Amino acid sequence: MPVVEVSGVSHTFGEASARRTVLQDVDVRFDEQRVGIIGANGSGKSTFARLLNGLIVPTEGSVTVDGLTTARHGREIRRRVGFCFTDPDAQIVMPTVGEDVSFSLRSTDLTKEQIRIRVDDILGRFGLEGLVDHPSHLLSGGQKQLLALAAVLVTEPALVIMDEPTTLLDLRNAQMIGDVVAGLDTQVVLVTHHLDLLDRFDRVLVFDEARLVCDAPPGQAIDFYRRLMS
Amino acid sequence: MNDLGLYLPGTSWVHRLPAGVKLAALVLLGVASILIDGVVTVTAGVALMLVLYGIAGFTPRLAWRQVKPLRWILLFIVAFQWWARGWQSAVDVVGVIVLLVLAAALVTLTTRTSALVDVIIAVLRPLRPLRVQPERVGLLIALGIRAVPIAAGFSNEVRDAQRARGLGASPRAYAAPLIVKSLRHADSVGEALVARGLD
Repeated sequence: MPVVEVSGVSHTFGEASARRTVLQDVDVRFDEQRVGIIGANGSGKSTFARLLNGLIVPTEGSVTVDGLTTARHGREIRRRVGFCFTDPDAQIVMPTVGEDVSFSLRSTDLTKEQIRIRVDDILGRFGLEGLVDHPSHLLSGGQKQLLALAAVLVTEPALVIMDEPTTLLDLRNAQMIGDVVAGLDTQVVLVTHHLDLLDRFDRVLVFDEARLVCDAPPGQAIDFYRRLMS
Repeated sequence: MNDLGLYLPGTSWVHRLPAGVKLAALVLLGVASILIDGVVTVTAGVALMLVLYGIAGFTPRLAWRQVKPLRWILLFIVAFQWWARGWQSAVDVVGVIVLLVLAAALVTLTTRTSALVDVIIAVLRPLRPLRVQPERVGLLIALGIRAVPIAAGFSNEVRDAQRARGLGASPRAYAAPLIVKSLRHADSVGEALVARGLD
């Protein structure tokens, strides 16, 4: 599994007159297969997730994935680290299901036939077979999130970061996404408010007011979080 | 369902025609439209287009839905042309516009966006020395097509929210949230494109 190291990271947004610190003095290293991230809204967890594949470069400190620094090797890291967003509509850029998954493979050396096989295979794994030509905007919320995840996984990333992928979904679809995540071979970092999705995780990080306040196995971390919120 | 100019799968020969042929025919029709004149010719052109919709397996209702968003502008043009140059000119002008809209919609309804983008990239490739990036232009077009149902969805959400708050038909209450939502979405799409390796 890739080794992610976050060293002395702080991050601020905005101009000098209205600067807002969204992460403060975060140090953490992990290589477990399942890492959960929880915290209240605005606690810094989504910013932390975006730091891990260089979507955001920290204003202080450094983030490395397998020794590559996000500040210098963002593009290379993003080839290894996939990102799944809360709103799949923002992530799905092509009008049909098959085209969107193919889009992820556009800059590979694969032939059209190899791309078609990979696309069919991943859609089959996610129960989206038969929807290759289906307009992506007509999928259900759960199917859209599955498509977004399929479009990330088709590139075979070593690590997938998922930022609240179940927030916009009903309970059934949230559980479906949870089951899919549980079955992935790849390393996963999951930001979520659905605490039950973290039962089978190896490690959970709790963020509060821009700081990493707890780093523990799921049971302990969730108990800590509940006490923090009460 | 919003099917305005979005690909609808099918097996007709219109679907199977190469994207490049369809785009070339569309460009030719556009150029030739300045020569299309006379009520009979225009009517025959629109009728032929409707036949092509039928061959592609589409209903006249679907054809109408492609033109419907323009109905008020078309009505205005009819009224103005009739007043300025007579009813025959009104039919000529509006008929040609309808014909071109139907033709453009037929191309996108029967062609995968990726196939259209491939053609555009191939056509623009010779312009690379002029710093044109064909892949970027192709992606721009794909994103534009993808944005149609999303923008329509935002519009419906904003209208529903307006009604729920009893704001009636206030242009400002409609436009402001729609623009904000669209800009936020554009930001998110930009971030997602970077995450998907497009930077």
